[in-house]
Amino acid sequence: MSSKSIAARPRFLTLLSTLSALLILAATWMVFFFAPREAVMGEVQRVFYFHVSTGWVGMVAFLSAAIAGIIYLIRPDKKWDVFAVAAVEIGLVYSFVNIVSGSIWARPTWNTWWTWDPRLVTASVMELTFLAYLLLRQSMEDPERRARFGAIYSILGSLTVPLTYMSIRIWRTIHPVVIGSGDPGAKGDFSMTQPMVTTLMFSLLAFTVFGVTLLWHRVRLGWLSERVEEFRLKSMEM
Amino acid sequence: MVPYLATVIAILRKDLAVEWRSRQLLAAMLIFTLLVILIFNFALELDARVRSEVSAGVLWATFAFAGTLGLNRSMAIEKEGKALDGLLLAPVDRSVIYLGKTLANLSFMLAVALFTLPIYSVLYNVDLLNGGFLLVLLLGSWGYSAIGTILSAMAIQARSRELLLPVLLFPLVIPVLVAAVRASSFFLQDLELIYIWPSLNLLIAYGLIIPAMGFMFFDLIVEE
Repeated sequence: MSSKSIAARPRFLTLLSTLSALLILAATWMVFFFAPREAVMGEVQRVFYFHVSTGWVGMVAFLSAAIAGIIYLIRPDKKWDVFAVAAVEIGLVYSFVNIVSGSIWARPTWNTWWTWDPRLVTASVMELTFLAYLLLRQSMEDPERRARFGAIYSILGSLTVPLTYMSIRIWRTIHPVVIGSGDPGAKGDFSMTQPMVTTLMFSLLAFTVFGVTLLWHRVRLGWLSERVEEFRLKSMEM
Repeated sequence: MVPYLATVIAILRKDLAVEWRSRQLLAAMLIFTLLVILIFNFALELDARVRSEVSAGVLWATFAFAGTLGLNRSMAIEKEGKALDGLLLAPVDRSVIYLGKTLANLSFMLAVALFTLPIYSVLYNVDLLNGGFLLVLLLGSWGYSAIGTILSAMAIQARSRELLLPVLLFPLVIPVLVAAVRASSFFLQDLELIYIWPSLNLLIAYGLIIPAMGFMFFDLIVEE
């Protein structure tokens, strides 16, 4: 990346930011006015669209951090490290929204904010793993080693992602599996009508585009702070 | 293959010999274990009815805490006096060091368990001499040491060494602990094997995947 392209904000990024704002607004509108009211659970079921979308983007973000980690270990280049941190931070925020929105839905449906169900446990373990990732980075001074250890830890940590995804499909759980078939003991299961599917697909799209936009902004921020660091080192030499 | 194994055993023997000279770590781990059990006793009010259900959980939580002492120490002694540099200079594959260290950590955990189980058994009148339970102990400790050795080698190079290890370790070791607690509790309750297999499978899978990662990454972790 040349220095010019770093300093000035790319046109396309501004465009993408506007687009994601519009998409999120449209998705919100669809959730409230386009999707029908679910017969049994009522209005609170509308949380489902954002809950699934944020969960999806969170998992993809963690996985892409691990993939960036693999690439970094094969061919050490700072840009993969910057990408990995950006992806982890975005994954953390998305997964947190996912957990909180799930909790809001669980209160009326399961009659509790939280229960130690396999899905809830694996999701929170995933969140904690990547919080530990940030802590690990913070306590490493040497940037090259920080990147290397970060890559290794994100690869180890990414094992929690398939575990979280599969947890409602292999264990006995009360968490519903709306896409595909789940445990018959799940509480709050329902089958989607066509407008619901459309709304879900649209929110998935909106949150994915928003996630990519955030990722780009965060990667740029990472590059800029790298440059500040370089300048500081240079000025200290003088 | 034979020289490989011989080197692994040499590293294991070195660690055991160093520990045997001082017996500092084992003594600390053992006293710590007893204290944690004592604390659980008051925290959970382990009366006869409760203890049959929670024994497996109490024991595994105790081993997990005591294990971090051992893991921290096992890499710290290499860092002190630059012993690690000597190890790295040896013309052997780095995975040998990983495997040797993992086996040493496993031995410390099993040694602590060997002391603790009879004492726990007597104190709480729980029969722990159960083949299945001992198998789970072995599998669980193996998984724990395998991931712990990787992470302690990372934590030792950080600014906040001892502080960092538990934070890195516990999220990644939870699958082992969950599976081990379940499997041991089921074995202690004499449930049928069909209920225990899922947990055993998880333990076995973890015990294969994590060491494989250790083999791949250890070289990258210890290199200067």
